[in-house]
Amino acid sequence: MSKRRSAALTEAQCVSLAQKLLRERLCHQKLPDQPAGLDSQHKHLLELLRRTAVHGESNSVLIVGPRGSGKTMLLGCVLRELMSLKEVQKNVLLVELNGLLQTDDKIALKEITRQLHLENVVGDKVFGSFAENLAFLLEALKRGDKSSSRPVLFVLDEFDLFAHHKNQTLLYNLLDVSQSAQTPVAVVGLTCRLDVLELLEKRVKSRFSHRQIHLFSSLTFSQYVDVVRSQLRLPQDFPDSKFSNEWNHSVTKLCEDKSVEEVLKRNFNSSKDFRSLHSLLFLAVSRVSVSHSTLCEADLLEASRLISADSKANVLHGLSILELCLIIAMKHLNDTYDGEPFNFQMVHNEFKKFIQRKSHSIHKFEKPVLMKAFEHLLQLELVRPVDAGVCKVQREYQLMRLMLEHGQVMEALQRYPQCPTDVKQWALSAFG
Amino acid sequence: MSRYITRLKMRRSYKWNGRPVGEDRKLRRQYYESMSISVEGRSEDATVSLGQYILIEGDNDDSPFVAQLLKLYTDDLGKKKTAVVQWFVRMCEVPQNKRKLLGRDPHPQEIFFYQDRSCDNEVDGETILAAVQIEYVPAEDPFPEGKSKDTLFVKLLWDTKSFRALDPELMQSPQSPKSPPPSSRVSQARALPTPDPSIMKRAMSGTLTRGSMSTGKMSSSEAESLHSASKLSAAKALSAKRRSRASSGPHVRKKLDLCSPNKNMSRDDVLGEILDEHTATEKTLTSKLNTSPTGRISISIRLTPLNHNEEEQISPLSSQSPDKPRLTAYDKDNATSACLGVQPLGSDDPESLISTGRTPRKREATPRRASLRGLKARTPSNRKDSATLREPALAALAEEEHEDSPVQTAATPRSKRKSAQLVSSRIRKQLNLLGNKVDLQSDGEDGGDDDDCFVPTKIDLQSSSDEEEEAKIDSEDELVVKKRRGSRTPRSTEKTRVSARTPRKTPSKKTAPATPRTPRHATPSIPSRSAPARKPGNVLEEARARLHVSSVPESLPCREQEFQDIYNFVESKVIDGTGGCMYISGVPGTGKTATVHEVIRSLQQSAEQDEIPHFRFIEINGMKMTDPHQAYVQILQKLTDQKATPDHAAALLEKRFSAPAPKKETTVLLVDELDLLWTRKQNVMYNLFDWPTRRNARLVVLTIANTMDLPERIMINRVASRLGLTRMSFQPYTFKQLQQIITSRLNRVKAFEEDALQLVSRKVAALSGDARRCLDICRRATEICEHSGSSSGLVGMSHVMEALDEMFSSSYIAAIRCASVQEQLLLRAVIAEFRRLGLEEATFQQVFVQHQALCRVEGLHPVSVSEGLAVCQRLGSCRLLLLEGSRLDLLLRIRLNVSQDDVLYALKAD
Repeated sequence: MSKRRSAALTEAQCVSLAQKLLRERLCHQKLPDQPAGLDSQHKHLLELLRRTAVHGESNSVLIVGPRGSGKTMLLGCVLRELMSLKEVQKNVLLVELNGLLQTDDKIALKEITRQLHLENVVGDKVFGSFAENLAFLLEALKRGDKSSSRPVLFVLDEFDLFAHHKNQTLLYNLLDVSQSAQTPVAVVGLTCRLDVLELLEKRVKSRFSHRQIHLFSSLTFSQYVDVVRSQLRLPQDFPDSKFSNEWNHSVTKLCEDKSVEEVLKRNFNSSKDFRSLHSLLFLAVSRVSVSHSTLCEADLLEASRLISADSKANVLHGLSILELCLIIAMKHLNDTYDGEPFNFQMVHNEFKKFIQRKSHSIHKFEKPVLMKAFEHLLQLELVRPVDAGVCKVQREYQLMRLMLEHGQVMEALQRYPQCPTDVKQWALSAFG
Repeated sequence: MSRYITRLKMRRSYKWNGRPVGEDRKLRRQYYESMSISVEGRSEDATVSLGQYILIEGDNDDSPFVAQLLKLYTDDLGKKKTAVVQWFVRMCEVPQNKRKLLGRDPHPQEIFFYQDRSCDNEVDGETILAAVQIEYVPAEDPFPEGKSKDTLFVKLLWDTKSFRALDPELMQSPQSPKSPPPSSRVSQARALPTPDPSIMKRAMSGTLTRGSMSTGKMSSSEAESLHSASKLSAAKALSAKRRSRASSGPHVRKKLDLCSPNKNMSRDDVLGEILDEHTATEKTLTSKLNTSPTGRISISIRLTPLNHNEEEQISPLSSQSPDKPRLTAYDKDNATSACLGVQPLGSDDPESLISTGRTPRKREATPRRASLRGLKARTPSNRKDSATLREPALAALAEEEHEDSPVQTAATPRSKRKSAQLVSSRIRKQLNLLGNKVDLQSDGEDGGDDDDCFVPTKIDLQSSSDEEEEAKIDSEDELVVKKRRGSRTPRSTEKTRVSARTPRKTPSKKTAPATPRTPRHATPSIPSRSAPARKPGNVLEEARARLHVSSVPESLPCREQEFQDIYNFVESKVIDGTGGCMYISGVPGTGKTATVHEVIRSLQQSAEQDEIPHFRFIEINGMKMTDPHQAYVQILQKLTDQKATPDHAAALLEKRFSAPAPKKETTVLLVDELDLLWTRKQNVMYNLFDWPTRRNARLVVLTIANTMDLPERIMINRVASRLGLTRMSFQPYTFKQLQQIITSRLNRVKAFEEDALQLVSRKVAALSGDARRCLDICRRATEICEHSGSSSGLVGMSHVMEALDEMFSSSYIAAIRCASVQEQLLLRAVIAEFRRLGLEEATFQQVFVQHQALCRVEGLHPVSVSEGLAVCQRLGSCRLLLLEGSRLDLLLRIRLNVSQDDVLYALKAD
């Protein structure tokens, strides 16, 4: 890259470089230099783990926060910082488990043994029965002592899932080690469940230190916009300074734009976490190309539209007029009967009424054709049978429910290309 | 790795051998000399007789008890066979805490002479399994290596307090012990009565060839054992002395032994007599025979004396004399020419014996050859086997020898090695001379005893001619013989030699390192750190270290009463040698396990000081096993280091706790988290509580669980009944106790304000009375204090309040406050919908309608269904809402996981 620095980069190169950089940032491939807005938590956790690593003090801690609030990122930053300490680097053993991967204690134990490289690991495999492995691991941990053995950091991602293991054997034992004079361990649990302590069995709970680090973002909107700005900015050391200046300028301008602010506000209102913001920005950044080398409002608006689009409304766009008519008929039935389930025969009657009374453009369809269209809707799960299993009734009389909101139907009709006006009017009319 | 011994399945039957040798009218006892044990499925019977070392059925099949048989008697009815024994203990039977007293790793086959007056030395005769060999090793000597697995070594004496050097006298007492034949093999030789001198003589004169033939069937290992056993006999000292006088001694003796059908101590006396005779004839013979043999070969000087000896020896054995010259020549040849594989070994041994009292090992190597020769000598007819028969036999012998005596390579005629060996043995001898004169001498004799191993006698008549021929040539022209031999016999002998030698060498290398550890035995350990952990630097760090739950306090305050009760219970059981159960209950963190450990610690201390008998403490934890039945496995492993499957372990434990074993020590078993051992049939609990009730179990079971009424709640009657009524319940700590605990832990490290401590303890006492919680809060408070950098340096109220807040305050309200606008709106919508419905449950569709309405009221852009569902799911993942599976889409039902008031409170404050 330094070679290129001398010669001015072509615009295409700049664009792809900038995109690469931003995508890396937005896809969480790189840890940020400093966790934003989590200073006290960062300090607390770092201090705790440092004590385990340096003083050999056993600890247990839970990091609790909603999805996307930066739990893993925080832990990653702390571990990065911890491992950069020379004193710690060589001395700490790290064991990372995930409740979604290690679905029971047997698998978890094998994984721990493997990651610790205990002596019963052959190559990369762990043999022996569950009981043997447990006994072996416990014996190994028991042999260690505070000052001479290497501390072990256990990171349990999706901690709440470990609480569902039988008897909570693994948690009991890990926490028991952390509360007795054995090998120093730090058990770090990551979870998004606020009620995680209630999941722990009383003995397990008693052994847990009750240290919880909560990650709740108390971000205001202006801070949020700042984050957006900083996330989109190109760094100082970007090879082509002209391009980066231009880019950064456009980003600043973008953030002051009214419509963009509205988009961001909407996103902020919906969720404060950065993960949803990142997916929004990611879509916007992806729209940048050689011919369109700076980020503009339209990109963001389009991204926002994509993100907030209703998935079912999208499905409705692909339906035929006949299918749409059936949906409208069902909507009317729903309105008339206040959400009570209906069957195909009722829909058919409703549709027939419409054909007879109001329709100019829609012709009469045979019943089997309607049935076919209805079944298609069933496959799309826009309608769903009330009780799936028990239906020994004829298909026409099977009770169904419409899985669409009133608003969704209307929105779809508005956007439907070349929708006949009589169909639209029928949909809008209060009574079928 | 677990070994399953099939012995269990064998049925043994016992019967007396011969007539009673004595009778005690008063006690109505009849004493016997020996007893034979026949094992189902085996044709031969084993015989054990007085003075022999025997194996007695023990706790586990792998290591039965070892003892020396002193008396055998039966009561007047003749039903019950009783044996009086002198016990030996294995290392594994020595209390765990005393094992370190040994100061070294015990030899796997090492046993200790057990000296304890209190120990019952009468056992049921029917528990005797078999005989075993025990070898006395002087305390300074290393363990003989490469002995067969069946041989045990005695070096020290264990008097329940310390290991002491064992007086060899003890091993030789009390009655003249007959060399105990090995258990596995049975031969008539063993059953033969102690031969008297006259028989010995007859044997020597060659009339008793039959006898020797029969003994000849015994394999080398047997000979080995005989050898080792005979070493012990004190009587040998006598002949040894004589032997040392006359250089020819060993050889003569060897010859004699060859002929003697059974080897036991009395033989030595006989030998002594014979020796005397021989020394007289010695001279004449030497003069006669020396002429030819000495000059024959250009070998080392050693050969000449050897020659002498042999020739000298021959004369007394009238029947053998014709062969003799031939034999010696033969020997010599072998010694010199490497190609003659078998014999050379023989030649070295006599002279080494003569020159220095060699270590027994070396001698062991020789006897085989000697015996071979002996056979040959006696019956000219079977001479031939040297070439043919001898080969397989010797190869086998060599191999066996090998295991027994690795040193034995030294016995091969390599002058260099031998000399080295000689020097070392001399040194050793000198060292040994100081303390164990007698031993050494008896050792010295063993060379002779070893000869008892005879080559299987398959006599080849054809061979005799060859041999005789050889003999003639021998006496005439040595060189010719050499050549001829090289051309004729050697073909085969050479081969044997190779076969005999190669295994001999390789295994000695192999066996030495491979002995103690199986390769696939991983040690559980965590790697150690490069630098030791840093010590606490300041007061707060010190306080934090002391407050950590893991730090073991000097004493356990506030549990004095409980401590005393448990202590008394366990102590009384240990002293009485009885068993019992105790159930301890209490909520988590009330010090149950800690108190029991404390009790055991102090009991162990008093056991160290011999105030109470020794006991064994093992601990299992229901939470630390994967399955209730693993309890058996863990108990067994902790008791005996055996591994077994749960079923097998249960059977072994059952046997262990029900079998009467006189010198068993009390076992204290702590079962933590008892409720986890619950099974549908409750057999694990049943067994745990049933074993202590056995008469000989000597098992004390302390069980710990959380609920007071566990026995009533989950145990079926027969289990609860066995658990008994010795119950104890640990009450949650009161705030005063908690305060005292913290204060005692801090132990004058001034880090807390009084009020702060009181606040913590009051708060915890009100909530749970869990000491762990209390300590954790204090620890957290020190951290907060450290970070806030308070002026006083003491942990104050504010810090404690903050810590308490962190740990006990619900995070729901904070979570709601920090939620996004739409999330908050959804929560409101949920509550609104609940109010509308009058139910605590609504579908998403219903809530969504409310949500949209609220959005319009708030002037926000209404969200789409997808977005709304995403918001709902986010709240669900935090468990602010309880949701059904998202597959239900609009129909998914929503409930609040927080009270409506909390939600409204959180939202209002916003």
